[in-house]
Amino acid sequence: MGDPNLTILIIEENAVRAAILEEGMRDAGYCHIQRIADMANLLNKICAVDPDVIVIGLENPSRDTLEQMFQVSRSVRRPIAMFVDISDTATIEAAVDAGVSAYVVDGLKKERVRPILDVTISRFHVFRRLQEELVQAREALEARKMIERAKGILMKQQNLGEQEAYSLMRRTAMSQKRKLYDIAQSVVTAAQMFGQS
Amino acid sequence: MSDTTVSDHTCGPLSLDERSLPTITLGFIPLTDCAVLAVASELGFAHRQGIVLRLSREVSWANIRDKVAFGLLDGAQMLAGMPIAATLGINQLRMPMLAPFCLSRNGNAITVSSGLYREMALAGGLRGNDAPCVVGHALRAVIDEHRTQGRPPLTFGMVYPFSCHNYELRYWMAACGIDPDIDVRLAVIPPPLMVDSLRDGYVDGFCVGEPWNSLAVEAGLGQIIVSKAEIWRHGVEKMLCVPYALAVEKPDILAALIRALDEAAAWADDPAHRSELVELLAMPAYLNAPAAIIERALNGAMVPARPLAARSVPDFLVLHREGANRPPVDQALWLYSQMVRWQQSACHRGDAQLVRQIFRPDVYEAALRGGAWQAPAPGQDWDVPESATAFDPTSSSVPHLDPGQIDIAAAVAAIAVADGASD
Repeated sequence: MGDPNLTILIIEENAVRAAILEEGMRDAGYCHIQRIADMANLLNKICAVDPDVIVIGLENPSRDTLEQMFQVSRSVRRPIAMFVDISDTATIEAAVDAGVSAYVVDGLKKERVRPILDVTISRFHVFRRLQEELVQAREALEARKMIERAKGILMKQQNLGEQEAYSLMRRTAMSQKRKLYDIAQSVVTAAQMFGQS
Repeated sequence: MSDTTVSDHTCGPLSLDERSLPTITLGFIPLTDCAVLAVASELGFAHRQGIVLRLSREVSWANIRDKVAFGLLDGAQMLAGMPIAATLGINQLRMPMLAPFCLSRNGNAITVSSGLYREMALAGGLRGNDAPCVVGHALRAVIDEHRTQGRPPLTFGMVYPFSCHNYELRYWMAACGIDPDIDVRLAVIPPPLMVDSLRDGYVDGFCVGEPWNSLAVEAGLGQIIVSKAEIWRHGVEKMLCVPYALAVEKPDILAALIRALDEAAAWADDPAHRSELVELLAMPAYLNAPAAIIERALNGAMVPARPLAARSVPDFLVLHREGANRPPVDQALWLYSQMVRWQQSACHRGDAQLVRQIFRPDVYEAALRGGAWQAPAPGQDWDVPESATAFDPTSSSVPHLDPGQIDIAAAVAAIAVADGASD
C-alpha cells in the first residue's frame, strides 16, 4: 500500500482534471504516472504502459471498453479507481454500500486522490483473492468429476472394481509423471473417440 | 462530458403544477432508439399520466448500470441483456431488476470497412444486396485467406459484453462457420468512437445501433452488410429497466410511466409524425446528428454505402407496432442461453427460472389494462429469430461448441419451451 514505485495510468481527456489527479498522486508520493488523453485503440495503449493501477473518470465513455478487457483477459486485469467531479456524500456511501468493485466515487480534489488509490488497491486484492478461490474451487470440482467419469469408463471397459480403476490411473500418472486429472482426461477422450463413453 | 438533464434545459424550470407531481429520472444513451423516451418526456405524454419524466444523458452502459445501482437514477434505458446480467450478478454487481417495457426492437446493423468489403466481394462473389449467410460466407473466405497469409485476425467492435450486438454478431458469425472467439477479435468500443476506430484501422467492422452505421457510410468509410432485422426479425433491443425494489415500492408511478411510454411509442411509430420525431432526435440534447441520417433507421431506408441507393429494410427499427413494447419472456431466455453459449455464465436451472421473472409482460399489461393495446394475433411468429439458417440454440452445426455446451444450451431452450408456452 502506498508503494511509490507503482505505475499509475490516468485515462482522462480533460487536461485540467488530469492535472489535479496527477498533482494529488505526486503529493501522495507516487512518481510513475502516465496519462492517456485519446481514447482510440485503448487496449493497445494500456498494454504499452502496463500500469499497476488505472484511474478513470466515471463519465468516461471508455469505461465499457475497460470492463470488457478485464472480463476477457485476466492478464490485463488491474485495479481501477474512478472519480467524479461532484462531491456528494450520498453517492459515495451508496457506491460503497453497493460493494460494486474496486472503485470509489468522490469529488475531484487532489487531497482525496491518495485514499481513493489506497482503497482501490486493497479492494482489488480482496476481490482477486475471492475470484482465485472461486476458480480453484471450480477447478477442483471439475477434476473430481473428470476422475469419476474416467473411473466409470475403466470399470466398465476393463471390468475393474472401483478401487482398482482408481489405482490404475494413479499408477499411470506416477509412472508418466503426469497429473491424475490429465490421465483421467485422456481416458475420457479416448472413450469418446472410440464411441464407448 | 457530464450528464445533462434534458428536460430541464428544453422545457425550463418546473411549473408549480409539475412540482406537485412525482418525478422519475431515467438514464439514456444518445442513439436513435432512445426515441420513445425522448417523446414521452418532451411531448407531454408523461405529464398527462401525472408524472414528471426527467432524462439524463449518459455516456456508457457501465455508467447507467452503476447510477441505477447507486440510486442516482430511478431506472434507465438498458440493453436487453443488462437486466439479466444484473439480476444474476454476472458482472460483479448483483441487483434484481425488472424490465416491464420494451423500448425498441431491432435497430442495429453490422458495418465493415470499405476495404474489407472489397475483399469480401472478391472472395465471396458478392453482388450487393446479398443475404446475411452469403455475406457471412464471404467474410469467412476472407478470414481463411488472411490466415494462410499469416495476417492477424480481423477485429470487430461491439458496444457491451451483455449487448444484443454482441450476441447478434456472434450468432451470425457462428451460423456462417466463423468462431467469434478464435477467428476474429471482438472489442467493446463506445458508439461515438466506432467511426473513428474504423477510420484509424483499429477495427475492420462493428455492430452498433443507429445512427452510427449510417454515419460511417456518410464518412465514406464503410458498408452496411447486415441489419439486425435480417438476423432476427423482431428481436428485443432496448428495455426500460427499474430496480425490483422500485417496482414494488412505487407500482402506481411505474404503471403511469408504462402508460406514458406506450402512448409515446405509438406516436413515435406513426409515419405521420416522422419529420417531427427526427427533428426532436437531431437536437443537441439527444443525438446531435443530421436529421437526414437519423431518418434512415426510422424509415427503414438504409444506404448501405456511398454511392449506392437506399435499400428498404422492413422493420429496421420497430418502436410500437405489432406488440413490440410487450416484453417477451422467451427472448430473455434466449439471451440467457447466449450468455451460457458464449461462456459468460454457467447454466443453472435456478438462474433460468430467475430469468423468467425479469421481462414482465404481466406488469406491462396490468398498467395498460383498459387501454388500446391488443395482443398480436396468434400465428404471428414475432419472437422466433430468423436468420440465414433457422434459429436453433442447440444446433450441432456450430462446430466449436463441444457436446457438453450444446447440452447446456438445450437445457435452457427446453426450459424456455416447457415453461414459456404461456408467453
